[in-house]
Amino acid sequence: MISNLTVETRQAALATLGLCAFVGLLMAVAGAGEAFGAHGAIVLLASLGLFLAVLRQLDEPEPPVSRLRSYYDDPIKVGIILAMVWAAVGMFFGLWVAYLLAWPDLTFDTPWASFGRLRPAHTTAVIFGFGGSALIATSFHVMQRTSRARLAGEFSPWFVLIGYQLFVILAVTGYLMGINQSKEYAEAEWYADIWLVIVWVTYFVLYIRTLARRNEPHIYVANWYYMAFILIVAVLHIFNNIAVPVSWGGSQSYILWSGVQDAMMQWWYGHNAVAFFLTAGFLGMLYYYLPKRAERPIYSYRLSILSFWGIVFFYVWAGSHHLHYTALPHWVQTLGMTFSVMLLVPSWATAANALLTLNGAWHKVRDDATLRFMMVAAIFYGLTTFEGSFLAIRGVNALSHYTDWTVGHVHAGALGWNAILIFGAVYAAVPVIWRRERMWSNRLIEWHFWLAVMGTVVYVFAMWNSGILQGLMWRTYTDAGTLQYSFIDSLLAMNPYYIARAVGGTMFFVGTLLGILNIWMTIRQAPEAHLAVDHPTSPDGETGERSVPAE
Amino acid sequence: MGIDHESLVAFAKTFGLIYLVVMFLISVAYAFWPSKKGEFDRAARSVLDDEEGPCR
Repeated sequence: MISNLTVETRQAALATLGLCAFVGLLMAVAGAGEAFGAHGAIVLLASLGLFLAVLRQLDEPEPPVSRLRSYYDDPIKVGIILAMVWAAVGMFFGLWVAYLLAWPDLTFDTPWASFGRLRPAHTTAVIFGFGGSALIATSFHVMQRTSRARLAGEFSPWFVLIGYQLFVILAVTGYLMGINQSKEYAEAEWYADIWLVIVWVTYFVLYIRTLARRNEPHIYVANWYYMAFILIVAVLHIFNNIAVPVSWGGSQSYILWSGVQDAMMQWWYGHNAVAFFLTAGFLGMLYYYLPKRAERPIYSYRLSILSFWGIVFFYVWAGSHHLHYTALPHWVQTLGMTFSVMLLVPSWATAANALLTLNGAWHKVRDDATLRFMMVAAIFYGLTTFEGSFLAIRGVNALSHYTDWTVGHVHAGALGWNAILIFGAVYAAVPVIWRRERMWSNRLIEWHFWLAVMGTVVYVFAMWNSGILQGLMWRTYTDAGTLQYSFIDSLLAMNPYYIARAVGGTMFFVGTLLGILNIWMTIRQAPEAHLAVDHPTSPDGETGERSVPAE
Repeated sequence: MGIDHESLVAFAKTFGLIYLVVMFLISVAYAFWPSKKGEFDRAARSVLDDEEGPCR
């Protein structure tokens, strides 16, 4: 893969990696003996390792110019593999946390294995490691195909993909060592946050430059969703993380916002991380891979545009529903609640659009587990957005908030919608990207499908039961006007559901491992396909000049 | 004059309403403009053959 880069790009990579290694060295020296220094060592070693890998191939011959007439798929390959590695790592942490809640002794009396450290490691590894790597990899795929143009540049796709991995590694390892700025889904400290801004801006510029070279008159709707994802996540990330470090040689910082403003900013960020990271980006994935796999155009392209504007304009107002019954002004809570209910319209329009696309292709859904993954994802998208609107209503929230109902809701979305859609997209993309006729084993995909669906259902039903029971126990009064149940009573009542949740999670995890095995064997063993042509071209048939980067 | 709570609420209730309705109307007009039909139909089909492509 390195030898497919031009010598100039290899030199640019060496310069960048050298600079990163130097920064890592400074961090390691400044923070010696502390967690910050360990992060410096991680940056230093990761940069040096990649530096040596590039250096060893520096003198390889230049790649042929003809490569510029084909799509650039190397970063997509690495991205898909990294996404699946993160899936295994993140779900392993998730399982651990699930078993820990059922059997609290599993911390082994070590600080790094306590719930408060493992939990953010789980959420970050699955959302940002697994979900984020899958979003980056599929966006590289979708932006090239729908634009019929090669990625703009050979260095920046790698910078985005690898740089993003460094961010997630710093985040996850930091949480285990106790570095945490105490903002949910944004626990990483200031230096990792700054690094992510650099990576993310590069990502946005790369996307715009690739679209600018497109050979299609219209920008396909999947790209709109990916663009909204990248742009809004950048804005959210910057505003939520404005912080002043205590020193340049330590990990601690103080956030600019304080009190209720900080809470508002946190949940404006937190809910829109769901809205734009886990919804808009994934809708981009859905709008490309579902029609492609079903071999039918999207049911209503016009509806997809209308829902796009509905989703992006409603979602940004919904965050305050996380702060019902708090010091936040009442009208701001009501505003968030109202927009959350309104969101049901574009969300269900989108889910219906996806399912109606399958009308006339239901025999394919029956026979093809890959397409079935995408269909189930669309159904869970519809279910979860309905549940979300419902939970945002103040009265419902009074029962559900701080209970496992929220956890069940999040996992209906994260497992049923996000993870299952990624699996469908990956099974659709892997044979195309690696030029294989098909996946290695269809039976394994079937096994994975049923394990994933059953695991999600077991998980979600366990948490619904646990959450509603917990909420009801907390609000049950005796005739004397005192609480009927102590907190420990509710904990004991939840225990069987916690065990059920761990079982559901285990099923989902086993399915993921089967998927990794299948992808690995596809890359190694599945028969090669001979696609006739794989060039970026203009729609008229002749090779478009704009698709070829300048020499 | 400082920005107080009441004026923020008034702003949200007036301008907020107007700009969301206007956004909605613009989106509907763009999505359902009759002459756009051909472009959108073509775009919807364009993803189906991007791999072996129209280049043959």
